[in-house]
Amino acid sequence: MVGASVAHSATAPWSRQRKRAALPRKAQTGCALNSLRFRDRGGFRSCAIRRAIVEPSRDATMAEPSAATPEPLKRTPLYDLHAAAGAKLVPFAGYEMPVQYPMGVLKEHLWTREKAGLFDVAHMGLCFLQGPDHETTARALEALVPADIVALKPGQQRYTQLVDETGGILDDLMVTRSPGPVEDGNLVLVVNAGCKDADYAHIRARLPGNVKLFVTDRRTLLALQGPAAAAVLARHVPGIDGLGFMTGTFSTLLSQTIFVTRSGYTGEDGFEIAVPDSDAAAIWQKLVAEPDVEAIGLGARDSLRLEAGLCLYGHDIDTTTSPIEANLQWSIQKRRRTDGGFPGAARIQRELADGPARKRVGIKPEGRAPAREGTEIVSSGGEPIGKVTSGGFGPSVNGPVAMGFVTASHASPGTKVQLVVRGKPLPAEVVTLPFVPHRYFRRLGT
Amino acid sequence: MPTIKFTKEHEWISVDGDVATIGITAHAAKQLGDVVFVEVPEVGRAVTAGEACAVVESVKAASDVYAPISGAVIEANAELAGRPAAVNEGPEGEGWFFKLKLSNASELSGLMDRAAYDQFVKDNA
Repeated sequence: MVGASVAHSATAPWSRQRKRAALPRKAQTGCALNSLRFRDRGGFRSCAIRRAIVEPSRDATMAEPSAATPEPLKRTPLYDLHAAAGAKLVPFAGYEMPVQYPMGVLKEHLWTREKAGLFDVAHMGLCFLQGPDHETTARALEALVPADIVALKPGQQRYTQLVDETGGILDDLMVTRSPGPVEDGNLVLVVNAGCKDADYAHIRARLPGNVKLFVTDRRTLLALQGPAAAAVLARHVPGIDGLGFMTGTFSTLLSQTIFVTRSGYTGEDGFEIAVPDSDAAAIWQKLVAEPDVEAIGLGARDSLRLEAGLCLYGHDIDTTTSPIEANLQWSIQKRRRTDGGFPGAARIQRELADGPARKRVGIKPEGRAPAREGTEIVSSGGEPIGKVTSGGFGPSVNGPVAMGFVTASHASPGTKVQLVVRGKPLPAEVVTLPFVPHRYFRRLGT
Repeated sequence: MPTIKFTKEHEWISVDGDVATIGITAHAAKQLGDVVFVEVPEVGRAVTAGEACAVVESVKAASDVYAPISGAVIEANAELAGRPAAVNEGPEGEGWFFKLKLSNASELSGLMDRAAYDQFVKDNA
């Protein structure tokens, strides 16, 4: 889809100006362990102990759209290292990605919360918008997203959503204003792997003539997440531990220019790091050799983000959900709420004023049984009030956790609900997200 | 000596007289990863061969466990509710799921012995 011309143009600006990488966070459309599911092709699912609960049709279409196509799977520059480390590699959004390493999802999850986990997120869509100045580029993007992009300071990063004319979410993304004055007018975007081609086409079709989108296709995105991440990375990138939360900077690692943001998708302190493809393996090996660092797969990435209450596109949010229903109003700053000027503004402003008809909430099952995506939620009186959109076992919670949409009248924390698991209503409660407190970096004294 | 058979759904069944003990294979346990939840059938329930009658869940995936043969549930492993990790530690031992009183022993002939199952796993790897 993204043609050769893109690849061309992408390299030029990047190498000429040297920097501009990206940051990430976000998830893959459809993370989800799926190890079994895919592995199953050969061994498991076709036969046995089959996945019961999750609606396979929904998962198959929404979660790994590219996996269903006959196109050959792509590999990240770290593929060989994953294979050598004994990772279970599965198709994910068109890529062969490590879903878990020999340590296993449970221990990988706990390790990340305790020390630091290194993630290959090179499948995600890294691109940048280039315009004559910040305000021009920011306004071009503001026509597509509800966040205040103009107000971003150099290096500042923000989470937002691409919205359609009905206020539905086409994708969610991270946006960072270029940190230096030389490239002011550049915005770095990180979008979901499964949506990236569609996102690029959508954005390109709507940009003014003086703002261009370039796909950054020679950079590998890594994430280093966990309480030890800052100390570990600072050993290789001196001073990086002082980088503010949700900001980005260019730096150097193994003599290579890298772009680092202090953000992530686990609820922990951490970084997302864009490195040259040619040096990705060496940098990965350097970091993973640190005693506090283990390689972590997409399985734990999914359970970490679920405990952190973060949305997974294609599951918790999609074109049928608005940012307000999804409880993402915090990501729409005041000026945009008032002035609108983004697709679907009428609906989003109405929902901000009157409240949405349904809301994304945290749901804590009272027993031990996990409630998976698609599980019906009913009121204590037995009437249907919504569905679980992400659910599973939270290793740090040491019990089942879920998120889902419920009618507004049942969305207050403390509301008792029931989850229909294998035909049986199980008691659960609406709770405030996240399940595990965020431990993002806050600069002392601020 | 009990006879041990296997299914293509990766259950094992150990038959001693007219009582069969059922669990998931070591291969299945390994593929699932850390088991975090198990639901076993109620004692007294009558099941037919191929019927989903237990559930095993890892961090991210839920899977059914099927009755390899028909019979009545005479015992279920209550330990697993409090310690689902036993399925990983001893899938073909302390991690057993439930016991059936056979109602049709001839159904056993359709199942695989260990050599055939090992080959089946290999062929489907």
